[in-house]
Amino acid sequence: MTGITDLASAGGASGASGVPSLWTLAAGAAGAGDKLQAPSIEYGKLSPVLIVLGAAALGVVIDAFAPRKARYGAQLFVVLAGLAAAFAAVIGLAASGVGSSKAQIAGMGALAIDGPTLFLQGTLLLVGIVGAFTFAERRLEPAAHGSRVDSFAAQPASVPGGEGEREAVKAGWTTTEVFPLLMFAVGGMMLFPAANDLLTLFIALEVFSLPLYLLCALARRRRLLSQEAAVKYFLLGAFSSAFLLFGTALLYGYAGTVNYSGIARVVSGADAVSDPVLADTTGNDALLLIGGALVVMGLLFKVGAVPFHMWTPDVYQGAPTPVTGFMAAATKVAAFGALLRLLYVVLPGLRWDWRPVMWGVAILTMLGGAVVAITQTDIKRLLAYSSIAHAGFLLAGVIATSEDGISSVLFYLGAYSFVTLGAFAVVTLVRDAGGEATHLSKWAGLGRRSPLLAAVFAVFLLAFAGIPLTSGFAGKFAVFKAAAEGGAGALVVVGVIASAIAAFFYLRVIVLMFFSEPQADGPSVAVPSVMTTSAIALGVVVTVVLGVAPQYFLDLAGQAGVFVR
Amino acid sequence: MSPINYVYLAALLFTIGAAGVLIRRNAIVVFMCIELMLNAANLTLVAFSRMHGNLDGQIMAFFVMVVAAAEVVVGLAIIVMLYRARHSASVDDASLMKL
Repeated sequence: MTGITDLASAGGASGASGVPSLWTLAAGAAGAGDKLQAPSIEYGKLSPVLIVLGAAALGVVIDAFAPRKARYGAQLFVVLAGLAAAFAAVIGLAASGVGSSKAQIAGMGALAIDGPTLFLQGTLLLVGIVGAFTFAERRLEPAAHGSRVDSFAAQPASVPGGEGEREAVKAGWTTTEVFPLLMFAVGGMMLFPAANDLLTLFIALEVFSLPLYLLCALARRRRLLSQEAAVKYFLLGAFSSAFLLFGTALLYGYAGTVNYSGIARVVSGADAVSDPVLADTTGNDALLLIGGALVVMGLLFKVGAVPFHMWTPDVYQGAPTPVTGFMAAATKVAAFGALLRLLYVVLPGLRWDWRPVMWGVAILTMLGGAVVAITQTDIKRLLAYSSIAHAGFLLAGVIATSEDGISSVLFYLGAYSFVTLGAFAVVTLVRDAGGEATHLSKWAGLGRRSPLLAAVFAVFLLAFAGIPLTSGFAGKFAVFKAAAEGGAGALVVVGVIASAIAAFFYLRVIVLMFFSEPQADGPSVAVPSVMTTSAIALGVVVTVVLGVAPQYFLDLAGQAGVFVR
Repeated sequence: MSPINYVYLAALLFTIGAAGVLIRRNAIVVFMCIELMLNAANLTLVAFSRMHGNLDGQIMAFFVMVVAAAEVVVGLAIIVMLYRARHSASVDDASLMKL
């Protein structure tokens, strides 16, 4: 795009009534013998994203041409190989110093490949691998007519309870499309925190949102709930992305460019503006303030911050639980990465304007999520409100506006995502005749029935609550420390109060599991395959290691905590 | 006429779209209102592109059109699926998860 812009500005000043004419310019440029520069793409630096998106495209081909029986194995292989190769590429880039000294803008200014990008891409890839494990689990559902099935609908297009569905279930079909959808979502999420212009930000947002809307609708059981969740998520998600896009358009109008550093230069007033039109628009603060607010609003919707959180509980409850776990972890990682980059790279010149607003949003989010979670009776809704409260704690780190703020948020995201994945993987195991038993009353006495599972879930709940020796404590401590040093001491006090409120309902679930009598018709705990087992085990290991010995990972996040401009 | 008038028109269209999303009950109409908002953003981009004399905004408008088309594919699939299951596309009827 830069090449075209250069062409335009080469002859753009001449035009009637102060408006540069694009039509005469094209002819003039051709006459002057200028040529479009071929874009140079740093394929090596973009390789993690390219591998993931390539594997996703391969998955589509497999689903189109491979026989039904071979699809599951082939898809799972492509997904895991693609994610592992991309993760190796991220490690390779980080080892060669791209994360620190050799950070650079790639893809003609579209993407920034720097420390935060690589850290978040690595986290997202690990989350994707664990998510793929839970997606591929085929031991939990009872075998349908002799064939093992996963938690996704036999044929999503058929009407729930209708003839088409019965036939599809009888034939033992499964929706292997979930694997390419997962890969497209991971690819978009990896682009999201790396986006270095507003157009890439918008496209990446859509690339990861559209597969997630579809994945939400694909539950094998309780399909009406699942479809309702998908409609709500889609309509509200599209609504919020329209706000983000309009904000993008206004910021483009303000600065005459969508490039992050270009906008930042205009906001800070570093360059003298000679163009009369640009001088006019940059003098118009309404464009900047409204545009910036709309873009930030779109991102706050994705992280699920109050007052843009209304979709979270319904979507988390209705979506298939493996999807909920993946979405809860990965969307937060991607969206906070993008939010950090936007606020730290594009709008640092506006921080006296956005900090008070974010203060309010953070306080509302922490308290709102924690207080409403107390009244919940469904475990998935409870975890949804808990994720809202955690978004508030993360916002406290964002408000710090310091290098520690970046690195603490990165660390918190890494810690939080594995706890979330593990917790939702546990939820998939507690089942009764109707599928997953998500009502909290069903969880009473689970500790007597299945001590190991209840203990594992208790570890996750303690990590959510931020009890010492879990990753949740290390993350919360880092975030609150950065916020306090960044001059947001009052916010930390509110955060601690919200943590205390949140601890109440986490501990209530633990008490319910261990100290109440099991119901006679209570749920049973399904025995998973090695995939879900390893997802949960990895969650426990990360939770404990990051809680007991966080220093190495804090240092890693600290090294990664500088944005390239 | 100064191109800034198109920005005012786009802001008006965007407001109409946003109000429609909040007021209307039928999921298809809500979706159409979202498309109106996207197109309002397109008009803004093109108008500013004309004012600034660079082509970034016009190219973005193309991207937005493609994204809007992709969104239509996904969105209509989801809404039609809901309609077939419930024989209603009203967003008020989809309230199984209300507390």
